Amino acid sequence: MAYSDKVIDHYENPRNVGSLPKDDKNVGTGLVGAPECGDVMKLQVKVNPQTGVIDDAKFKTFGCGSAIASSSLATEWLKGKTVEEALAIKNTDIVTELSLPPVKIHCSVLAEDAIKAAIADYKKKQGSEKSADTHAQPTA
Amino acid sequence: MSVKLPIYLDYHATTPVDPRVVDAMLPYFTEHFGNAASRNHPFGWEAEEAVDKARKQVADLIGANAKEIVFTSGATESDNLAIKGAAEMYREKGNHIITCVTEHKAVIDTCKRLEKEGFRVTYLPVQKDGRINLDELRAAITDKTILITIMAANNEIGVIQPVAEIGAIAKEKGILFHTDAVQAVGKIPFNVNDLKVDMASISAHKMYGPKGVGALFVRRRNPRVLLAPQIDGGGHERGMRSGTLNVPGIVGFGKAAELCRQEMESDTKRLSGLRDRLNARLHKGLDEIYINGSMEHRLPHNLNISFAYVEGESLLMGINDVAVSSGSACTSASLEPSYVLKALGAGDDLAHSSIRFGLGRWTTEEEIDYVADKLTTVVTRLREMSPLYELAKEGVDLSTMQWQTEGH
Repeated sequence: MAYSDKVIDHYENPRNVGSLPKDDKNVGTGLVGAPECGDVMKLQVKVNPQTGVIDDAKFKTFGCGSAIASSSLATEWLKGKTVEEALAIKNTDIVTELSLPPVKIHCSVLAEDAIKAAIADYKKKQGSEKSADTHAQPTA
Repeated sequence: MSVKLPIYLDYHATTPVDPRVVDAMLPYFTEHFGNAASRNHPFGWEAEEAVDKARKQVADLIGANAKEIVFTSGATESDNLAIKGAAEMYREKGNHIITCVTEHKAVIDTCKRLEKEGFRVTYLPVQKDGRINLDELRAAITDKTILITIMAANNEIGVIQPVAEIGAIAKEKGILFHTDAVQAVGKIPFNVNDLKVDMASISAHKMYGPKGVGALFVRRRNPRVLLAPQIDGGGHERGMRSGTLNVPGIVGFGKAAELCRQEMESDTKRLSGLRDRLNARLHKGLDEIYINGSMEHRLPHNLNISFAYVEGESLLMGINDVAVSSGSACTSASLEPSYVLKALGAGDDLAHSSIRFGLGRWTTEEEIDYVADKLTTVVTRLREMSPLYELAKEGVDLSTMQWQTEGH
């Protein structure tokens, strides 16, 4: 399969690989996917409680090159956005930016799920919204 | 010495044609272009003579009689002819076929087709080492069983089935035994009489011959196997496979078979040495890597390894100057990971993490070292960005974790 140059760039030079302290109340963690499906993404955001802006974002991904690129790109986009702006990121934006072929659209969906899960986890910790079901320990 | 890139380690998929094979083939495209079925002029005679020679060369490789070789377009056709041809011919005797879950699709899908036509098929499971259990085979046999079809060696994990034992059981019960021997013939000793095989599928392009030509060994004596032809026409190949013979291809197949017979011993020795070197070097550089299938009953040129916590396709991207195959779904058209690895009970996550290495006649020690070192680097890098590796290092048992699988 031929990859777009942007996918290859993210794969070879992934942005923001790593982990943030998951017990920090300003950090939201999303862990989505499953090993048997060949994709697991962990995406974390660190939100400035004063401004509501995402100061830092990190990811770790088990998955194909497109999955790695989708999550790497997501962390780039998240930084500097407010929580509400971050929730507006759509998987189709990722598809367009990375020129993902149809068989790889699920990678972008997973990245969007990871963003939503991370923010839901953050909000849960802040107590500003009641718990969503998608957070660090995903349910089956 | 620097290594020439890209490196080809996918010899189970196909092999380059040996230059000596090409040389043997060339005159049959131009000078000796005759139709082997033309009986009344020298052009036809020359072609027929060349085909007869090749038939003997192929037969000699597997200990058969030349008259027992039916040339086909390749092993997929051979599998189809053997299974459908026997099913149709012996239908009055019974409607039960026994095969195995790790067979090539050419066998599995042919059996599935026959199920739609009223045949009953038993798909034997495999043990953790990739081999069938002979007691389970015996238990599966009924008075309606007409055919057992079990591959000689697997195309993904290189595991060699107990062919001789299966042959003995089939013989004892009076059941025909077909084996897809594509990966085994030319690589390991394979004698149809010693193994008590009634039919065997072979392919030229897996043994340094050209693509588009294969053969089916069909036993003529004790028992005499009859097959209903699946392609009708001029009655070539003892009526079992009509169609003008691919003379240059067949000549190449014959030459390739001859070379394999002459060089098998030295090739095996060299390649198993290189394969073990690759395995040792990978184990030295990495922890948590797992060999899929038996190491004892394995083709000398095969290695299939799962690199835990790393997904196969991303691994292939990191070694894009090395041609190998992955058991991960993402590399194939289907979204399921390798059914062969799943059948071993490896778990889907490890199936997604697997790489198949197939070594061959032109694989060098430098190439093996390059591949092992590069893989070690890439796996280490990908593990650093793998959430599974992180969780495992924190002591989380991944198998007991609840994953969000919905919609994926």
